Amino acid sequence: MTKLSMPKIDRKLLSKKVEVIANLKKIIKADNILDHEDQTRPFETDALSAYKQKPLVVVFPENTKEVSKILTYCNKERIKVVPRGAGTGLSGGALPLEDCILLCLSKFNKIINVDFKNRCVIAQPGVTNLSITQAVEDRGFYYAPDPSSQIACSIGGNVAENSGGVHSLKYGTTTNNLLGVEVVFMDGTISRLGGKTYDSEGYDLLGLITGSEGLLCVITEVTVKILKKPQTVKAALIGFSTIEDGGKCVSEIIANGIIPSGMEMMDKALIHATDNFVKAGYPRNAESMLIVELDGTEKEVEELIHRVSKIAKKNKSSSIKISKNEKQRLKFWAGRKAAFPACGDMAPDYYCMDGTIPRGKLAEVLKEIQRLSKKYNLPVANAFHAGDGNLHPLIMYDANEKNSLEKTEKFGAEILKYCVKVGGVLTGEHGVGVEKRELMCEMFNNNDIQQQIKIKKALDVSSLLNPGKVYPILRKCAEEGRVHVHRGKTKFPDIPRF
Amino acid sequence: MSIEEKQNSPTYQDSNLIEYPQNEREVSSFIKKFYKSNIPVELVGSGSKKNIGKPLQCAKTLNLSKLNGIIEYLPEELYIKVKAGTPIQKIEEELKKNNQQLAFEPINFGYLLNEKSDYGTAGGQVACNISGPRRFKVGSVRDHVLGFRGVNGRGEIIKSGGVVVKNVTGYDLSKLMCGSYGTLVALTEITFKVLPAPEEIKTLIIHNQKIESGLSYLDKSINSSNDISGAIFLPNEPIVTGCVMNIEDTFKLNDLKRDGSLTSIRIEGSKNSINQRIENLIKELQIENLNISILETHQSEIFWNKVKSLEFFSSSKNSILRIVIPPSESVNLIYQLSNKFKYYLDWGGALMWMEAFELSEEMFESIRRKVVRLGGYVTMIKNSDYLPYVEDVFTINKDRFYISQNIKKSFDPKRILNPGKMYTGI
Ligand SMILES: Cc1cc2nc3c(=O)[nH]c(=O)nc-3n(C[C@H](O)[C@H](O)[C@H](O)COP(=O)(O)OP(=O)(O)OC[C@H]3O[C@@H](n4cnc5c(N)ncnc54)[C@H](O)[C@@H]3O)c2cc1C
Repeated sequence: MTKLSMPKIDRKLLSKKVEVIANLKKIIKADNILDHEDQTRPFETDALSAYKQKPLVVVFPENTKEVSKILTYCNKERIKVVPRGAGTGLSGGALPLEDCILLCLSKFNKIINVDFKNRCVIAQPGVTNLSITQAVEDRGFYYAPDPSSQIACSIGGNVAENSGGVHSLKYGTTTNNLLGVEVVFMDGTISRLGGKTYDSEGYDLLGLITGSEGLLCVITEVTVKILKKPQTVKAALIGFSTIEDGGKCVSEIIANGIIPSGMEMMDKALIHATDNFVKAGYPRNAESMLIVELDGTEKEVEELIHRVSKIAKKNKSSSIKISKNEKQRLKFWAGRKAAFPACGDMAPDYYCMDGTIPRGKLAEVLKEIQRLSKKYNLPVANAFHAGDGNLHPLIMYDANEKNSLEKTEKFGAEILKYCVKVGGVLTGEHGVGVEKRELMCEMFNNNDIQQQIKIKKALDVSSLLNPGKVYPILRKCAEEGRVHVHRGKTKFPDIPRF
Repeated sequence: MSIEEKQNSPTYQDSNLIEYPQNEREVSSFIKKFYKSNIPVELVGSGSKKNIGKPLQCAKTLNLSKLNGIIEYLPEELYIKVKAGTPIQKIEEELKKNNQQLAFEPINFGYLLNEKSDYGTAGGQVACNISGPRRFKVGSVRDHVLGFRGVNGRGEIIKSGGVVVKNVTGYDLSKLMCGSYGTLVALTEITFKVLPAPEEIKTLIIHNQKIESGLSYLDKSINSSNDISGAIFLPNEPIVTGCVMNIEDTFKLNDLKRDGSLTSIRIEGSKNSINQRIENLIKELQIENLNISILETHQSEIFWNKVKSLEFFSSSKNSILRIVIPPSESVNLIYQLSNKFKYYLDWGGALMWMEAFELSEEMFESIRRKVVRLGGYVTMIKNSDYLPYVEDVFTINKDRFYISQNIKKSFDPKRILNPGKMYTGI
């Protein structure tokens, strides 16, 4: 386990555990409180399993009033609280503290209202992302943001992380598809932000809490927008003999006024790895490959495919394949979705990074990653949400080799710093959590960070809600951001990886 | 009067000294000075939307119009970074050269508030977060701001966001800037997401529908797979005393028949795609035998420009209200208001613009209660001589007020930036 600096532990509280539990029992059913080590162990980490810590107690409130009472109590007694959805977070956002109450929203698992008239769904936060689409698809609707963890991650977690997916290029991330929430602040205040209307008046508190990684409030209800499915969807598989050509093609498609519903890029290492894994029919001699998905009316899609093909040829594509039917389109995606497990097949361990860069810098950053790969003597495979410049380099290593983990971490940090250097950001969708905390100073200066901390304090005076996350603790801006996977034993191994 | 009293007084007039900072550093040093000596300051861009919100009586005005210019525009990266005082029109002209646009359709409040076209500045659009007809499809201003720089109430230069769309590094303060009416930060730099402009536009207009059937057509169109980008209902009734019923005069276009209310649906995209979608819509809505008009690109542009310039109300001397409600409630609301006001519906019924003759504060509050009960909110956009001042321009409830007050304090602890513009005490 990697050692991590966390907020000072309240030793006195640890010794008062019995009293705390007795008080919690006055608020929620005894069955909904776990405190024995064996019971709390499953909650000691999220999907960033390099970091582990058992909480003091785990609680499962069943309604908003209970959440409010728990927070009121904790606020009064100065007890730290860490909210947790499904625990699929990749940045340690839901990592417990030794002296915290871990507040699990998994009993908030109902869809409250499907409202086709207002094109929205009201759900409790513990409902999975996918089940929202499942609740409306019989009428041809869907919920647009589709993180690849969608079968497992909770909609509340999505709001907390502002999660994205392959279709975010055209349809936006969570924040663009959210109409309202009910939240509880640390002092126990229950509040509704937004609702079934577009925008709300006054400060955009809904916008502020989206992506706030559980630091500002606990989300207890979510209202999301649903969309009608497009008439036609097709995908093109395009190979290139250099990485630069692929990168240029991405920029040119956008510059030509085309916004594909998805545009993904893979490098040679990953093309081979995934094609070996699922036999997706990828161009194995290509140095880079794009999957470009287009949607709309039939004629529109035909036209767009034609235009994209022309741009690809102009950029010296080595192969173009268009999906003939839905089965083939899904096959194209199958390889991409198997990126993580395919890497697991190639090396005992790998780290997944998550930075965003301006699209035009794709080739430059890829080159730099290759240079670093040689420098550190560690192979890397690259999967990109190329359309919106979101990179997921996967660094492969063997943790059993001496110092290889350290080396990998340094490599990862160098990649993220380079992302910032070319005008990008530290994290596109996985969040800062504990993982990229100390790198925040790469992007922000003291004024910027202090302003954010003041907002935190404005809503949580004593900094009790999810402390130790997002903002640097060491004030030394160093270290790395990554997902740790040991010997292919990842958490949620059955979820397709992006 | 104490500063506190001045901040809350609706009538206090101080010598109104205007400062014109030339750059961000100067904005910062002015605000630092005001912060030290507790001087409230009014922030203005071009002043196009100065009259929205409560009137301010600040000792100082900081005019940000000198912060003008495009800093960086990378069409293939889909963003434009501008100084906050840059006129929207200048930005749109620049984008047009590359067939791009601000997809949220900035509203032109000029006609309504100052009797001439004026889209105002980038900062002003962000401060108000009021978006045009495409909102239900592409989001509002807040969905198109990728990052900003500005000066908070302590005079500190701060930034948030960046130039990329996928970004979860720290709190999303860009959203918070949108609709904050200059009460948190004096914006100095804004990065907007830009999108390709449509090749062509068509508008399908169904004539002479009653509100129920008109809205039901809009609803069905939005619920179809035809990807529509505008859905408005322009009624020609009720005939309201004191209001000019001018839809026929406002929307005079060659291909637009003159026949009653206009239920209007906009479709944008490539030519083939648009034609296919219009065909689909006519079939799906079963309107083959109804009286319809179809406007081509040029006339469509004029039509929707008139909508986002609020020309329907341009000559009005009455109170103008903006009401946002869940779309399914609009017919209900019209019934509850018993047809006493001139109005039109945008966003498929989710947005109502309303003109009210001789509106009293009690009536305004009674409208607000109805709207809130239906899950919406109402803003007084323009006062009239009859009702020159309302205490609550914006809708808010107790707990959101309390949270907003805390947020305000975190940016502007001495309440010197546009104090009281949104709410008394913020
Ligand atoms: C295999 C795999 C693939 C993934 N793919 C993607 C992807 O494509 N795109 C993407 O964006 N992410 C992806 N993720 C990351 C992750 O799934 C998302 O961040 C997701 O939104 C987390 O949801 P969760 O319910 O698991 O939240 P958790 O991990 O439980 O929590 C995440 C954070 O949110 C807070 N939180 C959770 N619920 C609440 C609540 N109700 N109120 C307040 N705070 C709360 C927690 O405190 C924590 O800080 C992937 C993860 C895995 C394991």
